[in-house]
Amino acid sequence: MMDAHALLFEEPLLWEMGAPGRSAFSMPERDVPEHPLEPALVGDYPDFPDLSEPEIVRHYTRLSQWNMSVDTTMYPLGSCTMKYNPKTNERQAALPGIARAHPLLPTELSQGLLRLMFELERLLAEITGLDAGSLQPAAGAQGELAGMLIFYAHHADQGRPRTKILIPDTAHGTNPASAALCGFTAVAVPSGPEGILEPDAVAARMDDDTAGIMVTNPNTLGLFETHIRQVADLVHAKGGLVYADGANMNAVLGQVHMGAMGVDVLHLNLHKTFSTPHGGGGPGAGPVCVTQALARYLPVPRVLKVDDHFTLGSDFPQSIGKLHAFYGNFGILARAYSYILSLGADLPRVSQLAVLNANYLRAGLRNHYHLPYDRPCMHECVFSDKHQLPHKVTTLDIAKRLIDYGFHPPTIYFPLVVPGALMIEPTETETKETLDRFIAALVSIAREAETDPERLRQAPLRAQRRRLDEVQAARKPCLTG
Amino acid sequence: MRYLPHTEADIAAMLAAVGCGRLEELFNEIPADCRRTAPLELPPAYSEWALDHHMETLAGTTATAPDYDIYLGAGSYAHHIPETIQQLLRRGELFTAYTPYQPEVSQGTLQAIYEYQTLVARLLGMEAANASIYDGASALAEALLMAVRITKRRRLAISQAIHPLYRQVVETYLRPTGFEIVPLPYGPDGRTDLTPLTDLRDLAAVAVQSPNFFGCIEDVAAVSDAAHADGTALMVAAFSEPLAFGLYSAPGHLGADIVCGEGQSLGIPRSFGGPGLGLFACRTTHLRAMPGRLVGKTVDLEGRRGFVLTLATREQHIRRERATSNICTNQGLCATAAAMYMASLGATGLRQLARLNYDKTGYLQNALQRAGVVLPFTAPVFNEFVVRLPAGSAATHRRLMARRIIAGLPLEPFYPELADHYLLCVTETGSKAAMDRLVAEVTA
Repeated sequence: MMDAHALLFEEPLLWEMGAPGRSAFSMPERDVPEHPLEPALVGDYPDFPDLSEPEIVRHYTRLSQWNMSVDTTMYPLGSCTMKYNPKTNERQAALPGIARAHPLLPTELSQGLLRLMFELERLLAEITGLDAGSLQPAAGAQGELAGMLIFYAHHADQGRPRTKILIPDTAHGTNPASAALCGFTAVAVPSGPEGILEPDAVAARMDDDTAGIMVTNPNTLGLFETHIRQVADLVHAKGGLVYADGANMNAVLGQVHMGAMGVDVLHLNLHKTFSTPHGGGGPGAGPVCVTQALARYLPVPRVLKVDDHFTLGSDFPQSIGKLHAFYGNFGILARAYSYILSLGADLPRVSQLAVLNANYLRAGLRNHYHLPYDRPCMHECVFSDKHQLPHKVTTLDIAKRLIDYGFHPPTIYFPLVVPGALMIEPTETETKETLDRFIAALVSIAREAETDPERLRQAPLRAQRRRLDEVQAARKPCLTG
Repeated sequence: MRYLPHTEADIAAMLAAVGCGRLEELFNEIPADCRRTAPLELPPAYSEWALDHHMETLAGTTATAPDYDIYLGAGSYAHHIPETIQQLLRRGELFTAYTPYQPEVSQGTLQAIYEYQTLVARLLGMEAANASIYDGASALAEALLMAVRITKRRRLAISQAIHPLYRQVVETYLRPTGFEIVPLPYGPDGRTDLTPLTDLRDLAAVAVQSPNFFGCIEDVAAVSDAAHADGTALMVAAFSEPLAFGLYSAPGHLGADIVCGEGQSLGIPRSFGGPGLGLFACRTTHLRAMPGRLVGKTVDLEGRRGFVLTLATREQHIRRERATSNICTNQGLCATAAAMYMASLGATGLRQLARLNYDKTGYLQNALQRAGVVLPFTAPVFNEFVVRLPAGSAATHRRLMARRIIAGLPLEPFYPELADHYLLCVTETGSKAAMDRLVAEVTA
């Protein structure tokens, strides 16, 4: 395995390296004697390799070189908002007063951190147009769970728990999964020919046993749900609530007012809209915002301001309770707060440019790829492989070939309502030149689909690995070495 | 704004390509009744320098070492983090990538997580570990939901010596589904009293934490035996301090079916409680009921070793409302940090470090006892233990705080019967000199 060429190194697994007795850890001085220990309780040494510090550094540096990332190239993963992650945010989160802060310090010794949380809650309320919020959910899906728990608590307080929830067929899979955790049965609402919800389809399904609706707006087709106000009125008229999945908030900062839209509860993904890094899969943060009427259900503890002093309050008997051992992913909150302060009044421009970039891609590619919903998009646009299928080239082949051109593929085969979907979200931080190169790459791939389809089916040819055998991985799972 | 690359010329050219006259027209589809009527009220943009100043001011109000001697643990621990980890995590290729949906260009993340799963499984003595859950609390909630799915039973016995904040999260997750929680009390030695189990039927799981909230090492083997007596119930072992398994037998070797807990100790800063890391491991027989992402080994078209996300049919993006969990984004970068930390310690280092934590705790226990402080619980501990101070202890706690010593966590808010009891924590970062000062001040 130890071959290499130029900058491409093979790298063994950790336990294929090292030698017993090496260490990459600076052991603190022993200034106390050994304390008696019950031998029966002592376990075997864990089967860990012993490695030196230079081996650790080289191992992870080489592994890092096998990743595409936002810092490497355009990463247009639809609905994931892979925008630039500012470096200053990392510095702020690493300040000793943040990184070394114990969560159970007496509140008088963590005033600045509580102030940060209080102010971030207010900023997010202003940005969404809702009244109150909690920063506790650790990711978007946990924010959804918080929202569904609030729905559940609200209906239970009305004396009539409800059993169903409406979810459009364009929704992320987390929506029905989060609703199911609260015992709600998901009722799918088909989107209409325009790719958006139609009030009649909602009216036909909304009844007294339905807790409400979960809507992503803009939806996962990148389209604004223009009937949302009417949908909200229909749901409210039957005593239901409206949940907005804020995964696509990057499209509408400073443009829409969620309260005016009729939204009762919304979660935000700070790792999407508010620039905190995705970390190879997390950590993120998924704060929930609510109307004043639902504020009593928010998770505890809540950050309270009394005169100029900040405290943590848990005396909210109708609260849904706690979702995280402490206050959520505070380090991520500090990054998002830094981002909002760095942008200030420029925040709406983020959405203007994100939507401009997406529409520019749409205009550049619409003559080469099938556009199932041919209308102006918001922050992302969804194409399909319909024009390439006659050449036996699929979305998967197109995505893999993009790798050879130096781009991370978009989200593929989602949303489910578009067969062979290619869901492209460029974000506002890509330059026009990069977008032009991306368009040129996809146009070239469309040409290759006609002239050399086999090359696409073999792609990628220039990555660290060729296509991997996912069937074998699932059939005979090997999850540890 | 420096994050936004568009020049006015770029915007004009792009608008022309799109067929729009002005940026505002891009939003023409949004109906008037959804729009803001007034601009956002946001503070003026901070320069990078001004932001540094502001954040330093906020962070500067926090009590931290070395200005303070802090004896707080309770699920968040002050361990030394090698600088290598902090530097390596800042490789943009690691921290600005996302979930490795495209394995050909994500082998770095995938191999790192495969190594993480392996080291976690070895540390916990289990057969399989997932790619992470949010934190120790949600990991426990997910473990109990998993036990309900596997056993198709609705009743759970949960030790009162599990972290009270974890139990609150469990209650939140379980409330709408109506699963029954039966509390197991703690006994006079600080460990879970297992006697109620003899009369409990139809349990989905018995859950304990070891080391438990009081720092005490539970008799995990006895809990497993009790749980397994009826042949169906599962034993769930939680933890908040995984370094303990560098010294004590791992729960997987003592019969646990699901092991879950907080991994913050493994190279992750405290950060006011998060992001931490939910460790989650199980037996391979239960693999398909497991929540969360899994990385598996495979080969590429040319037969070279590679890694992919696998068994995704358990997950929300495939299975939707029938998924084993709603989790999508997890704590990937924290898992990577934990793998780096475990690899940096190695087997030799982990044992040495765990022993040092144990010995320092033992030193403080002895010194306090000699000074007349009562240690009410007798079970062996790892790096935390409970003391009982004379009545009126709140004044003592405040007096020490004024001297920049945080003398542990008051337990009364969590356990009303434990007035004047405090949970103290010592790690390798505490010194003998500081501990001697604590003893002198407490007994002054």
